[in-house]
Amino acid sequence: MNDARSVLEVRNIVKGYAGVRALNEVNLTLTSGEIHCLAGENGSGKSTLIKIMSGVERPDSGSIEIDGQSLAYTTPSGAIRSGIQVIYQDFSLFPNLTVAENIGMLTELANRRKISSRRRIRHAAESIVTDLGLNLDLDAVVERLSVADRQLIAICRALVGEAKVLIMDEPTTALTHSEVTRLFTIVRRLQERGVAIMFVSHKLDEVLEISQHVTVLRNGEVVSNGPASSYSSAAIATAMTGREVSAERLVEEIPSDREAIMVVEGLTRQGAFIDVDFSLRKGEILGITGLLGSGRTEIAEALFGVNAADSGTVAIGGVISRINSVTDAVKAGIGYVPEDRLTQGLFLEKSIADNMVASSIDSYSNRIRLLDQILIRESMSNLFERLRIKAPNAQAAVKSLSGGNAQRVVIAKWLDRNPAVLILNGPTVGVDIGSKEEIFAILREQARKGMGIIVISDDIPELVSSCHRVLIVSSGRIAAELADDDITVAGIQERMTA
Amino acid sequence: MIDTLRRLRGNNNEGVLVAVILVLVILMSIASPAFLTAGTFFGLVRSSLVPLIFALGVLLVMISGGIDVSFPAIAIFAAYTTVSWSQDASFDPGLVGIFTLAVLIGALWGLLNGVVIARFRLPTLIVTLGTQGIIKGVLLTYVGSAYISASRLPESVSEVSNFYLLDVPGVGFLHGMLMPVVLVVAVIWWMLKYTMFGRSIFAIGGDVEAARRVGIKVVRTQVLLYILVGALAAFGGVVSVILGKNANPQSLIGMELDIIAAVVLGGASIFGGRGSVFGTVLGVLLVQLINNNLVLIGIPSTWQRAAVGILLIVGVSVQALSAMRLPKRAILFDDEGPKK
Repeated sequence: MNDARSVLEVRNIVKGYAGVRALNEVNLTLTSGEIHCLAGENGSGKSTLIKIMSGVERPDSGSIEIDGQSLAYTTPSGAIRSGIQVIYQDFSLFPNLTVAENIGMLTELANRRKISSRRRIRHAAESIVTDLGLNLDLDAVVERLSVADRQLIAICRALVGEAKVLIMDEPTTALTHSEVTRLFTIVRRLQERGVAIMFVSHKLDEVLEISQHVTVLRNGEVVSNGPASSYSSAAIATAMTGREVSAERLVEEIPSDREAIMVVEGLTRQGAFIDVDFSLRKGEILGITGLLGSGRTEIAEALFGVNAADSGTVAIGGVISRINSVTDAVKAGIGYVPEDRLTQGLFLEKSIADNMVASSIDSYSNRIRLLDQILIRESMSNLFERLRIKAPNAQAAVKSLSGGNAQRVVIAKWLDRNPAVLILNGPTVGVDIGSKEEIFAILREQARKGMGIIVISDDIPELVSSCHRVLIVSSGRIAAELADDDITVAGIQERMTA
Repeated sequence: MIDTLRRLRGNNNEGVLVAVILVLVILMSIASPAFLTAGTFFGLVRSSLVPLIFALGVLLVMISGGIDVSFPAIAIFAAYTTVSWSQDASFDPGLVGIFTLAVLIGALWGLLNGVVIARFRLPTLIVTLGTQGIIKGVLLTYVGSAYISASRLPESVSEVSNFYLLDVPGVGFLHGMLMPVVLVVAVIWWMLKYTMFGRSIFAIGGDVEAARRVGIKVVRTQVLLYILVGALAAFGGVVSVILGKNANPQSLIGMELDIIAAVVLGGASIFGGRGSVFGTVLGVLLVQLINNNLVLIGIPSTWQRAAVGILLIVGVSVQALSAMRLPKRAILFDDEGPKK
């Protein structure tokens, strides 16, 4: 990397949508053979910047230069021709086409071919796959492959066309821990070849592990940038959120007369988790964390009956309940806020009110099985106030809400049912920091009233600030349990990777 | 062994379709000795020609992720307008002239479909349902509603109506229109498989957003696609006038069910991105086999429509079932929160 030179210059990019400035005078330089991390919270403008760099959107003003040539007003194929490649978060592959064609189509398009040659496509795909030392069946149809394989295909596709700049948008979101390690190996290999890599992420430890340079976006502006070695995880977090993120503990004593509300013994599912034992007291907030792929989500899904456990028992309030389906779990008094609330937890097109009553619809039906609209309206306004949801009214469609408000609707949906145990998986993913704190305030309040709460999260500071106890899952087992003053950011991190 | 079976089955269940057709042929032969004759075969080919052309158009649209119900209207509009103009002007432009003019008219209607669908990203079913109505209205109001009988068709059209490739006295004949239709089938097959345009249609049907991101010009491709489909419909319309030896502005209407059923049975996915010309040919043959010969196995002809309807639903269910067997899609996160 002795010939490090700047490959791509982003200069004073401004972009607005409907009067809101998504990007304001953004500058960025990518250097060959360097991994540059772009960090920022959701809505900070990362995605917009990627869209502009890849030619999908045009900036209002400003320019992008690659090797000194301007490409301010370009198209996706224009950007690809000049050597900019993007690996999108959802990979943007064609599920119906073969691996070879997915990899090869891009160059065929960039070269403005009219006739598509299978031989040429296959040859290009083959050479890049062997080049990267991967094991991919080129004739397989993409929709039959795993997420990790799809990502490899996306990487191959990005590299067939002599990429100078490779933008990776949240590449690790859908990967397990070992897949992330493999991805990083490949990324480093690309780096050695002199590709300039922009790694977009908000997972701070990953950022610091892989990158040499960090740029932090907040509200469409570059608020901080410099060599990665000068940053700590906390410093990036501060820059991303614009305030000190406190890991101060805001935990209240649980009154000693509170008995156990949920007791889990020997919970096992082949290939996912083994012998999970724990108990949860009334009014307790229990954190469960672990690396991606450690089994933490699988445990939560088993408790809620999404993917039932093979063996083991779950007792709620002293009664052992067989949880084979979501209906069983709801009947037993468990509520679940899923990781991916947009597809699993909400009816996006429906109104806030409809969403809130969705899980407790039975309690609103009157004698002739019709919905009691007055009762619904009453509890709606009550929940609205309690959760401080920012929306014009309860009739607004949920999809119009921001991440934080949408999450509150999901929580409201369950609070309305008043479950004995509420399980939240990644409750603050995609939620801005202000809402984050308010969501936890709501949870603390519910705990105080006696609800048992389980929070599954990889946001360690938030666990530290709110949990009475934290369980650390590793390879499908509960590897450690921390309580009270032992719960610290460093303590959890250490045991997660142990 | 399993691999051989899988290969025989084909990418889009073509093998299964061949098997179904064979079983049906055997059943019908057993049920009625009149079935297994050259005459039945010629008849089957003849009745499949027009549906096959329409089916190719529907196939293209379906692969791109849409559905087209305006093709019968475009077909009869183009064919009837051309023929009636030739009659009014007392001028016979020749067979090539008739086809060219009709195809141009069809392409224009296709352009309208394409622009509305691609530019404004509207649902294809609704748009083509709308244009279907418009086209019918324009045809009956401005062009005419009179039936044009064989004697009043242009010379070149009635001439080719009686051109047979093979004429076996007492048995039947193989119509000359088979040749251009086979040619069109071959061209569409080649286009889908070997041109960037064809591959782009598959890509758009697979994932529009991904197509945009790899640099496919989605709007342009879609507009071209609908122009082509309009032209195909018009071509089919002229063939139907030639075969039917008349031009009736009320004909062809209601063919959508047969055609869409044939294409779906042929393995094209109603969700887009999947389908083959070979499968479509088989699907058309199957539907026509049923339409023509259900009577032979003792099922009243009034059941034809129901039978085709059942086939359509069976075809779609098979697709839905195989889609369920696929691994679950990756969980996706939209970085900017809920929109779309």
